[in-house]
Parts: sequence; C-alpha cells; structure tokens
Amino acid sequence: MFHSLLATVCVSFALLAISPASAEPVTYIDPGPDAAEKLQEALILAEPGSTIVMRAGSYDLADGLSLDIEGVTLKGAGMGQTILSYANQVGGGEGLLVTASGVTLEDFAIEDSKGDGVKSKAADNITYRRVRVTWTGGPDESNGAYGIYPVESTNILIEDCEVSGASDAGIYVGQSKNIIVRNSLVQYSVAGIEIENSRNADVYGNTATHNTGGILVFDLPNLPVMGGRSVRVFDNMVADNDTPNFAPEGNMVGMVAKGTGIMVMANRDVHIFNNTLKNNGTVQVLIATFPESYEDDNYYPHPRAVVIRDNTYENGGGDPDGEVGMLIAGLTGKPVPDIVWDGVVPLTEWVTWTANEDRIYIDEPGGATFANLHMIQNTLYPWTTSPDRDVTDYAGSLPEPKPVSLPQLEK
Amino acid sequence: MKLSRRKLPLGFLVAFTFLLVSCGLLANAEQARAGSVNDAALLASKPARHLSEYNLFADGLKQTPSEGVVPYDLITPLFTDYASKNRFIYVPEGESAEYVDDDVFRFPVGTTLVKTFSYPADLREPTRDIRLVETRLLIRQDDGWKAFAYVWDEETGDATLKIAGKRLPIDVIDNSGGSISINYAVPNANQCKECHANGDRITPIGPSARNLNHQYGYATGASNQLETWSERGILSGAPSADEAPRAANWNDDALPIDARARSYLDVNCAHCHRLEGAASNSGLFLRSSETDPVKWGLMKRPVAAGRGSGDHKFDIVPGAPEDSILIFRMKSLDPGVMMPELGRSMVHVEAVEMLEEWIAQLD
Repeated sequence: MFHSLLATVCVSFALLAISPASAEPVTYIDPGPDAAEKLQEALILAEPGSTIVMRAGSYDLADGLSLDIEGVTLKGAGMGQTILSYANQVGGGEGLLVTASGVTLEDFAIEDSKGDGVKSKAADNITYRRVRVTWTGGPDESNGAYGIYPVESTNILIEDCEVSGASDAGIYVGQSKNIIVRNSLVQYSVAGIEIENSRNADVYGNTATHNTGGILVFDLPNLPVMGGRSVRVFDNMVADNDTPNFAPEGNMVGMVAKGTGIMVMANRDVHIFNNTLKNNGTVQVLIATFPESYEDDNYYPHPRAVVIRDNTYENGGGDPDGEVGMLIAGLTGKPVPDIVWDGVVPLTEWVTWTANEDRIYIDEPGGATFANLHMIQNTLYPWTTSPDRDVTDYAGSLPEPKPVSLPQLEK
Repeated sequence: MKLSRRKLPLGFLVAFTFLLVSCGLLANAEQARAGSVNDAALLASKPARHLSEYNLFADGLKQTPSEGVVPYDLITPLFTDYASKNRFIYVPEGESAEYVDDDVFRFPVGTTLVKTFSYPADLREPTRDIRLVETRLLIRQDDGWKAFAYVWDEETGDATLKIAGKRLPIDVIDNSGGSISINYAVPNANQCKECHANGDRITPIGPSARNLNHQYGYATGASNQLETWSERGILSGAPSADEAPRAANWNDDALPIDARARSYLDVNCAHCHRLEGAASNSGLFLRSSETDPVKWGLMKRPVAAGRGSGDHKFDIVPGAPEDSILIFRMKSLDPGVMMPELGRSMVHVEAVEMLEEWIAQLD
C-alpha cells in the first residue's frame, strides 16, 4: 500500500517535472506494467556517463537485467524504496548483470533473484553503494548463490550494502584486484563476505552476523586467476554466525562449519586485526590449507604469511558443528580455542623449517586461546595427538599490505 | 545481370533485358542493383527499424534471399528451444572473408550474417505451417560487429527491431505429440553480446571451417559449403574441403561418441565457456580444442555454481552422468540452475541423452 501510494506520488511528480529542455543526461523510470522493458531499454540505450533513476516502488522482473555501457550510474530512491523483485523470474542467471567499467549502482534493492543478485564481470572501477540484496524467505538452499558478485575486475568498491539469505556468499569478490568492502551488513547467508582468488583487498567496518561463516578469504585451484594475496580484514564485527550451512552440496562453502568467524584458506599476506569476534560456536578464526585433492600445478594450497593481532574474542568455540567442528573439537576439546591453524605445511618444511616471511604470526595482547593441529596434508589425522597450544611460539609480525586506494574514491 | 537464377523463361529474359536497355534503364538498375542488398543501411550507425530496409530477402516470409545472399547451415548447430533456423551470409560484392583454420573466418566490413528463427505448427513436421519468429543480424561494421534482433509480424510480412528483447509465447505440437507453449525469448542487445562476446569484441560463433565443412543442398544442387563459398568468391585462402577441419555432427550415431559430445559442447557452451568468454571465471572451458581434462570438466569442482551444483561435487564424473553437474544443469529449466542461461526454455532431450551416454562410457 505504502509502495503504491509512493509510486503514485512519484508518477505525479514525474508528470509535473517533464522538461524536454533539460540537457542533463538523466533517464527516469517509474514502476508499472511495462517498467521492465523500459528499464532494460534504458540500460541498453544509455549514453556513457549518464544516469538512470529508478523511482520508488516495486518492479516486477521476469528476466535478468543487464548493463553494458561505461560510466552509467543506476540508482534508486533507497534500499527500502526501490525494489527490483525477481519472485517471478523465468530467465537470466542473475538479477542484474554489469559488464562495463565505471558503473555505479546505488540506493536500490534486489529481492528473490533465482540466481545471483547483482553480478559484475570484467567491470573495472565499479561501485556498489547502499545496494541491498535479499532473499525474503530467509536461508534456503533454493536461494541464489551470491548477493553482490563482482568477478574478474579491478578497482571494486562495495560500501553500505546489505545482503541476506545468499546460499553461497552474501558479498563475494572473485578473481579480482584492488578491492574495498566496507561498512556493509551481511547476514543469514552461508558465507557473509568472501574474498576469493583476489589480491589487494581491504575488508573493514562490516558486520557479519547469523551466517554460517562470517568472513572467508579463500584461494582455490583450477581457476584462470589464482594466487590470492594481500588482504586486510579489520574493524569488523563478526558475531553470532549460527545459521546451519544451507549451501547445496558441491559448493566449496558447503564445508564451512556453522559458527566459523573468520577463515583463511590458502592465500598469502593476510592480516586480520582489530576485529570483534563473538559467539561463533565452532571457531572464531580458522587458518587452513585447501583440504581437497586437486590437479593444478600452478596452485599453492597453503596459507602463508598470515598475521592475526589485536582482535577481541568473546565466547567462541562452545558449539562446534559439522565435520570440521567435530574434527577440531576432537583434538582440542571444548570450547575450541579462539584461533585454530590446521598446521599443514609443505612436506619439505616437515624436515626443515618455514622461512620467517612465510610463517603464521599471532599477537593478541588482549588474550586469545590457540591451537596448531599439526595436521598432515590430505589426511584427517594429526601427526601428534597433542596440538601445540603455546601461542608465544607464534609471536612476531610481518609488514602489513598497503591500504587499498581506488580511483572512484579519489574523485 | 544475374536474373537467370530466377529461372524465368529465356525468351522473357531476353525481351525484358532488351526493354531495359532500350529504355536506358539498365545502367541505372545495375548501379542501384534493384532487388539487391542495401549496403548503406547495413553500414549505417543506427539500425534500420524494419528488416525489409536492408533488402536481404527477395521474399522475407518465404525466406527467399536476395541476390548475393547465400544460405548455409552448420554441422552441429546451437540448440534454441527446437526452433528451426535459416542462415544466410552476405559478403559485399568484390570482398571476401579470409580463411582461418581454427576459428570463425575474418569477414570484411559489410558482411552480414542472417539467422531466422521459426517454428512449424508440429515439431514432427518441420517443413509445414512455418511461423517466423525473429531474424537476428550480425553486421560487420567499421568498428566491429553489431547484433540486432527483428521480430516478425506475419500480417505485414516484415520484421521490426527489438532493442530490449521480448518474450513470445509459441504454441506447438512437440515431438511426442502433445501441445506445449514455448516461452520463447528474443534476446536484447546485451544478451546478444553475452554469447557473442570474445574478450571485449563481438564475434560470430557459427561460421568456422570446422562447422561449415559439409554438403549443403543449394537450389542448384548439393555441394560442399567451403568450396562453394570459395567458388563464389566470398571466401579466400581456404584449402580443399578434405584438408580443412570438420566438426562431428552431434546427432550422427555413426560417429565416435567423444567427437559428437565435444562438438555439441563446443557449439552450445564454448562461446561462454572459454578463456575469453562470459563464463571464463568458472574455469570450465568447453572448446573442442581443449585438451586438459580438468578444464573440460572431468572431476572438476564447481566454483560459483550455487544451487546449480544440484548437490553434486564435480562437473563431469566419468561413468556417472547422474552425478555430473553438467547434465544436471542441462536438464534444468530453473533460471538459477539451467545451462545455457540464455536461449533455452526447454530441455534438449536428445542431446542430453547423447551426453549421458558419453559420460557413462568415460573412465
């Protein structure tokens, strides 16, 4: 009712505001029976650098939208006001697909897309600002995989966004570089935020809550872009990640245990600091080697040069879940320590040592419990029955990756 | 003048030509090439509103091409909801495409690829009661290929440009004799690019040596398409048909199943599933030239499949089509699951069966 009233008001304003003399390249779209076609047409015919405004109201979309014009700003009247609803979607792998650079998406919501929410591929210098992606039925295996999904791109800014209900990751950045994900809220998804096979990422000021796992930094084999590195995860609230894993089997996040706070798998130069980790029932911070078999000579499965410091821990590891949770708890007992490293290192390092610049460093002056499980690659068995719990063995630090700077923040 | 192709009585032709000449019209007609393709419209920066403006057809409703517009087909075509397709190529007079061994040819500016989608009233009788749906054009302009879709109106006998795409309900009798309504999707301009993008350029997908290299039943008799194109001067540098690569017809039981499967996946999937394509980030590369088994899916884990995985762990599990994500997604009609994502609202049952047979015998 409120929406339709709002829409009527907006249409009235639109009628009053028609002014053909205006040179400003702004196209306005109103909700209505033919809004889907008009919106897609506007996205195709837009001039580079122009703006398309979707006025408040609900838009019923049967097919995915796509944008392939550089520098276009697509904006709505707010995350709660302009709603693109895909409840009746019959075609398209995502709600909105962006394949051009310099695009800004802001102030609208995508609901109930059958596949991903918004995907941007090979779309550099992209900004997602106050974009909400929601699966309104809550966590469900039949929800789309990713909420906000930039991939194979350079210079990505995601800020003040909200995602809820993604059956893979709420905010997923893949095979990209120069990334900022900040001040966003991700909840009721399998993974809150996932940075995968990417370089130079700053993830800060976010709240990841009621997901299966809060924030994941992964590097996976058999992909065109590998070698994820230089990621800073700081000043985030990662709390109460307590949603049972609802990812369809076969997806990598399917292995994430309910109650995982922050997880680093493979990657190099990952710094995790000043985060608050609270009520994550399996483990607050997990550092792991890629656990599956793979065929890829160019892939490096071990996490290297990981620094964990100055985080705040509260009430973690009390309710370990699933295969991973049981495995860890079987070795450490309950509650599971705040920080757990599987301890898997390359075979050569079993008989020698790990170079200083490749090691895991932990410096938690506020106090944190820890365990190195000393596991052997591709087995579920540790080489000793007693994990190393002495965190002082891991004291030290490494140079922090430089803050990410983005052209869209320098304007 | 090449009017002889229209099989008019010789006497009439002679008389008609005499009439033209005597009226001083022949030179004029030659210049405008009355009834021939409108090159200026093809090269214009804005697409024509109506298909007829290009003059690609002598009779659009009957799909009779104009002079210089050559029909062709592909050994293994792309599946589009069981639509019939009439394909034509037009290369401007005096120009020719440059032969490429392992990809689509390099076509000169002005080249136009024409593909008309149609349905018979009954899929079991593909040549009867044909309804034209849309004609898609790929036009090679100075700054690259442009893609446009025109939707047919049989009342007016013309087709109209559709920029934003369109859903068209199409009622047909299917192969099992039941009535079905196909929710046919005319692609929008961006969707054209999703399949036809190769890096940041638009390129044709079909007309490669390997997929053209077979006999076509021309009005004048059957002959090999590559040789015919060379003879007509629209293709240069081609070797003899025997030396050129040849794709397997996915539907030919006499051919090895591996070749049929890889040929089908190449045509139906590899325009996206290649390093330069829209699905590059998946790491699943389905060109028939791909030799790394993990890259073409064998025991390859999905990366961003979401519920497209169907609770399966690998794209292709040898010996187990029922556990292979590739089959699961080809059988699905759910937009969040199905592959390909575009151009399909039905399952290609016969192809899925062939691919299941292929995977079942892999080891």
